[in-house]
Amino acid sequence: MDLREFLNMGGYAGYVWSAYGLTALVLVWNWWAARRCEVEEQQSARRRSSAD
Amino acid sequence: MWLWIHKFGSPPHAYRLLGQLAPWFGWAALVLILAATYWGLVEAPRDYQQGDAFRILYVHAPSAWMSMFVYVVMAVAAGIGMIWRIKLAHAAAAACAPIGASFTFLALATGSIWGKPMWGTWWVWDARLTSELILLFLYLGYMALRSSFDDPQRADRASAVLAIVGVINVPIIHYSVEWWTTLHQPASVTKLDKPSIALEMLYPLFLMIIGFQVYFGWAISRRLRGEILRRERNAKWLQEAR
Repeated sequence: MDLREFLNMGGYAGYVWSAYGLTALVLVWNWWAARRCEVEEQQSARRRSSAD
Repeated sequence: MWLWIHKFGSPPHAYRLLGQLAPWFGWAALVLILAATYWGLVEAPRDYQQGDAFRILYVHAPSAWMSMFVYVVMAVAAGIGMIWRIKLAHAAAAACAPIGASFTFLALATGSIWGKPMWGTWWVWDARLTSELILLFLYLGYMALRSSFDDPQRADRASAVLAIVGVINVPIIHYSVEWWTTLHQPASVTKLDKPSIALEMLYPLFLMIIGFQVYFGWAISRRLRGEILRRERNAKWLQEAR
């Protein structure tokens, strides 16, 4: 398949790619936020136990 | 059975188990979502009415499905926490909220992007769109309510009531397209007779939904581990584990 034709999405490029881009953004944000939530608590638990 | 529930309900056991499961969920979700994206964008045939714009379906419908699924999980977890006073269930409910809110936002945003070329408008105040917006406010309200308490037990109880009462909105969202006139199309997959969508268009959709479910499994594992650590900060097992 022609790459330019694929990227053009039958004239709906702006809509299709912004929807997929936004999805990627939200999934990556979730990944980052969930990981941070876990890692921060692990670090603070470690700090507390070394302070004891 | 009760022994199993008791074992899983114990924070140290859950913490370890979730830690073991999370990487599997993470990699499986990545593979499933990438495969479904390729299938949906490249392999699936173009729609005869909507052209390539219909491909937004593969991100819109799974996120809309997840927005409701996560809410039901959150409400059930909150209910279990209320009835059997299991702290881990309250922690799970709290971990669901930000993930569910992000899926709801995504469903609204991708729906809006899809609505513009197909309906000629970004937004209409009809039953489906409005009830989905209310779902977003329920998630945000739940999180705001939780953060307004210093005492986690009071936050658990108050927010559980909101989560359980709000679950009434989920069937309203689902049936809104049948009960009221709307621009939104009726269900093509989740109905009793056979789906009104070509199978070669349907398979990538199923794959993406499974991918999103597994991704949720990963996200909830990570967030729940964080919640457990925060709630168990003075517990003996945590000090011994170090």
